[in-house]
Amino acid sequence: MTGLLPLISLRSVCRTYRADGIAVTAVRNVSFDIDPGEILAVMGPSGSGKSTLMNMIGLLDLPSEGAIYLEGANVAELSEDRRSSLRARSIGFVFQSYNLLARHNAIENVALPLVYCGVGRKERLTRAEQSLEAVGMLHRASHFPRQLSGGEQQRVAIARALIASPLIVLADEPTGALDSRTGAEILALLAALNRSGQTIVMITHDPGIATQCRRTIRLHDGELVSDETPALVPAKRSVAP
Amino acid sequence: MTMLQGFQIALHALRLNPLRSFLTMLGIVIGVASIVTVFAIGAGAQLRLQEQIRSIGANVLMITPGAVYQGGVRLKEGSKLTMTESDVQAILEQIPEIQAAAGSIAGTAQVIHESKNWNTTINGTTTGHFMVRDWQLASGRYFSATEEAGAGKVVVLGSTVARELFAPGADPIGAQVRIMKVPLEVVGVLDRKGPAQDDVAFVPLTTAKLRFLGSASNINRDSVAYIIAKVTADSQMAGARSEIENLLRQRHRILAGQEDDFKVQDPAAAMEAQQGAIRTVALLLVAIASVSLLVGGISIMNVMIVSVTERTREIGIRRALGGRMRDIRLQFLCEALVLCLLGGIIGVAGGVTLSMTVARMAGWITSIDGEAIGLALVFSIATGLTFGFYPAHKASKLSPIEALKTE
Ligand SMILES: Nc1ncnc2c1ncn2[C@@H]1O[C@H](COP(=O)(O)OP(=O)(O)OP(=O)(O)O)[C@@H](O)[C@H]1O
Ligand SMILES: [Mg+2]
Repeated sequence: MTGLLPLISLRSVCRTYRADGIAVTAVRNVSFDIDPGEILAVMGPSGSGKSTLMNMIGLLDLPSEGAIYLEGANVAELSEDRRSSLRARSIGFVFQSYNLLARHNAIENVALPLVYCGVGRKERLTRAEQSLEAVGMLHRASHFPRQLSGGEQQRVAIARALIASPLIVLADEPTGALDSRTGAEILALLAALNRSGQTIVMITHDPGIATQCRRTIRLHDGELVSDETPALVPAKRSVAP
Repeated sequence: MTMLQGFQIALHALRLNPLRSFLTMLGIVIGVASIVTVFAIGAGAQLRLQEQIRSIGANVLMITPGAVYQGGVRLKEGSKLTMTESDVQAILEQIPEIQAAAGSIAGTAQVIHESKNWNTTINGTTTGHFMVRDWQLASGRYFSATEEAGAGKVVVLGSTVARELFAPGADPIGAQVRIMKVPLEVVGVLDRKGPAQDDVAFVPLTTAKLRFLGSASNINRDSVAYIIAKVTADSQMAGARSEIENLLRQRHRILAGQEDDFKVQDPAAAMEAQQGAIRTVALLLVAIASVSLLVGGISIMNVMIVSVTERTREIGIRRALGGRMRDIRLQFLCEALVLCLLGGIIGVAGGVTLSMTVARMAGWITSIDGEAIGLALVFSIATGLTFGFYPAHKASKLSPIEALKTE
């Protein structure tokens, strides 16, 4: 125990979708903590609620029941605008389908979160260059997404996720659309970021990838079925109470 | 996100599809261009009328020939000169409300001074004409009594004629000009009264009859083409008018029930009525042009709604990366605003060009004032805000998760 506040705490989180009178519970009574500097894999079969959980951690969605705390603050009690600006400053998203804006080039895509942080154009571009440099994509700064391969687009997306120096990077199947070699490179990039202190939560279907993370959470039908820290890696923190 | 960033994003988006952007704003372009043109032509017509009203002078009545019967056939109004110099004299002497009066005959001729010449209206009249019209001299004098009685070879020039015949700075007073080979001395130059009024040269009525226009078949020694008379006060206009009518009917021996062979008019009142009519027509045209602005607004709304649908995923991405609802709203509102404002600016340019072309080709006076342009731009901004708000609001209300799931 570090004695410090966990970065994110989930307490009995439920998320129920109601469509046409039928209630679907996508996440059921999930509780765990994420500490600063962790790299966490979320696994589970399709439809088990991984993305739903990730959206809530990323402040795109709110729990139907239970609470999520970001640095001690209940996110449901924040205003919609406040959650938006926290997304800009404190959370970096990496998506399976990259989600770059097709009509903007790489550097403009990377700089986009800073627009919503109120950073001026000049500083945006300087920081976007640094961020592109960090993922090895500076030489493609003026290229548009359609001119880049999948792996290159994902690197640009990671640069975008990193630009505002977020508290946490959330990656939903970041290698899902890539071949295994490119996937491994992206994974290596994320692992390197984690070694330099970046907190990362990553959804994956690949057990091989999961074993490279210190900690793995498994979901089944929306419920948390295991939270393991493999013995070969020194444990940083045990299961949440 | 700031307003400026909103406009930058909007411009970026609109540049990617220039043809569509242009077609979208076409309704606004046409609407604004029509409004500006109608305003310019309407204001020009009003200006021209006002100038004419001013140039007539205050409280002026004009007496022109009416229809006449000759051998039982009704001849066109004005086809025979029915008024005479003694009518002028009678009006002056017998109607106390008349302050000044003058008869005129007019024709067109060339005025020559040294190597320069100028075609203009030659008006034969008496000094009373200038009194009736409150027309002051820029230099020199009006006709003397001897010149008026004895067909003196003198001329008083309107400012346009003086400008065309004499070098700038040269004094025309005392110079010799020729009209139809008759040498005349310039005794006066008139003040400016307006471009349509200043192109004229006045000679004494006797001179005109004797030397220039007397040969015309329908002019006898005593007749004049029209009479103008000045009434002392505005309140006496109606009274003076009926007194003139009674007097002339008596003098022309017109029996009860018979049609007058003259007409007494109040030109200023007639023009004011005309001015009101112009204003009404202009307002009607502006209303029609506004409909085109409305249609333009609806077309912008339509395209914006399509654009929001097409760009749902972009909206989801922007929301995930920290865009607040109001940032998304601002972005799309800016797009509608830029479309309308750009359309408005193109429309103003088009309207200005169109009204200048109309002015040149049709010879109408047009007047483009900043107020009309400002109004047109304010209208187009208002259109952008009105019709851009709904699509922008719709975009801001999208759920980011759902938006990210769309293809
Ligand atoms: N908007 C929604 N309305 C209704 N049900 C939904 C909605 N979104 C998700 N669900 C349901 O919630 C459950 C969990 O979905 P979620 O997308 O979180 O799964 P997942 O673990 O990410 O799956 P995958 O591995 O395929 O991405 C699924 O049964 C899904 O059908
Ligand atoms: Mg998923």
